[in-house]
Amino acid sequence: MDKPHISVQNLNAFYEGRQVLKDITVDIPKNQITVIIGPSGCGKTTLLKTMNRLIDLVDGVKVTGKVYVDGINIFDDKVDVTNLRKRLGLIAQMPSPLPMSIYDNVAYGLRIHGAKNGKELDQTVESCLQASSLWNEVKDRLKEPASKLSVGQQQRLCLARALAVKPEVLLCDEPTSALDPISAQHIEKQLHVLKTDYTVVFVTHILRQAKRLADYVIFLYLGELVEHGPAETLFNNPRNPRTKAYIKGVIG
Amino acid sequence: MDKRKLEESFFKVLMVASTLIVVGSLLAVIGVVVLKGLPALNLSMITQTPTGGYYLGKEGGILNAIVGSLYVAGGATALAFVISLPIALYLQEYSGSRLASFTRLSLDVLWGVPSIVYGAFGFAFMLYLGLNTSLLWGIIVVALLVLPIMTRSMDEVVKMVSFGMKEASYALGATKLETLLNVVSRQALPGILTAVLLAFGRGIGDAASVLFVSGYTDYVPTSLFDPVATLPLAVFFQLGTPFPEVQQRAYASAVVLLGIVLLLSIVSRLATKKFTKYVIK
Repeated sequence: MDKPHISVQNLNAFYEGRQVLKDITVDIPKNQITVIIGPSGCGKTTLLKTMNRLIDLVDGVKVTGKVYVDGINIFDDKVDVTNLRKRLGLIAQMPSPLPMSIYDNVAYGLRIHGAKNGKELDQTVESCLQASSLWNEVKDRLKEPASKLSVGQQQRLCLARALAVKPEVLLCDEPTSALDPISAQHIEKQLHVLKTDYTVVFVTHILRQAKRLADYVIFLYLGELVEHGPAETLFNNPRNPRTKAYIKGVIG
Repeated sequence: MDKRKLEESFFKVLMVASTLIVVGSLLAVIGVVVLKGLPALNLSMITQTPTGGYYLGKEGGILNAIVGSLYVAGGATALAFVISLPIALYLQEYSGSRLASFTRLSLDVLWGVPSIVYGAFGFAFMLYLGLNTSLLWGIIVVALLVLPIMTRSMDEVVKMVSFGMKEASYALGATKLETLLNVVSRQALPGILTAVLLAFGRGIGDAASVLFVSGYTDYVPTSLFDPVATLPLAVFFQLGTPFPEVQQRAYASAVVLLGIVLLLSIVSRLATKKFTKYVIK
């Protein structure tokens, strides 16, 4: 395996004293889709949100251990959290459009990081909406409120918004669970295209979706890292009995 | 009829009756004021300041009080807004902290303080400093009066902004301030506007707080340090005269006061519609 993009080392997370992640050590490969699977409440989202330190915003959470992104520990005092989050974009479970126009939603992140209005911004907005395959549906109504879009369109808007700030990593927290099957397919298809330029970390509890998407798989169970490895190996020849049971549908 | 059905109809009657009392009182108040005041209401009433014998029933108007009230309430609302918004945003950012809950408690207590107490407080302060009654002090005291109302109303609407929406902004690398100014305040804008309006309505209608601190004058103030007349006090003074035609003018002044508040509600309703366009439901 090449040098990992993200390297998690001895990560523990406690939520109000209860341990939700137990000594996780795992590497996440560059330019692949890494899927984190496991039943609900096993710590998948916590692990994901630790990677761009969104976990800092949750009250009562304590994290120990190290997470290296491009070889730098993100918990280091010198790390600028806003810059870290810019580099590791998030697609949340529920689409969360911002209270502004479709155009402004995509431009928001760019403007925060200093972009000025003009042709260049227009072009970036267009290319991001194209990359999330939303452009054709919204190109004539960019000034309309984002709330007018359907839920599926809103999630693709969130994808475009995340892409706009040119991240290196896309963290996806069950981004299709609130969507209809067609919209979900749209998102999955885009991620397959996007992985040539981005490292994707995708959380899901749907095994079939994991099989469709994954290059690399991490299986969490009750806060423990049970098994991880290339998708082919893990799905076809799981070593751990618990992984076997989960894949067969006996547990979870 | 069995017991449960009886209960059901009893509560239905209770609900309808209570609702009728509310709507009835509103109509009664407006009705009495308008019926008594309308005959005395004319153009000179709202375009002229009082002349020499105005309070004896001679000509003139209450322009001094109309403009004065707008100055006091407008200034106080603006001043209170500048203080309220940061408090409301602070409360939402640190909602779990002890200082935040203490701040909320303080605001709730302040909300319950009678306006005459604010007036007396301002008056004591001014005596201590040897100051005269003025527009400036009217603005300051009324601002204090409406501050808790405005802040707590804003607090409630800002609280409604979902965590997911804020998280989306943070996830793009926005700071807390950027998120507050660009996302939270936008989403909460209609509610913030309502809070401002509520405060203005309370401020323009209050007599007791300005009684001691802003004085009363027949002139439109030209500086912040001039005394200023206000509509509630205009109603109070005119109603207190022994002349029926002047008493009628008190009701006409009340009609003007009602009219201002009503007009503002309508305008802000229309404005809110424009602002709710982008709000995510």
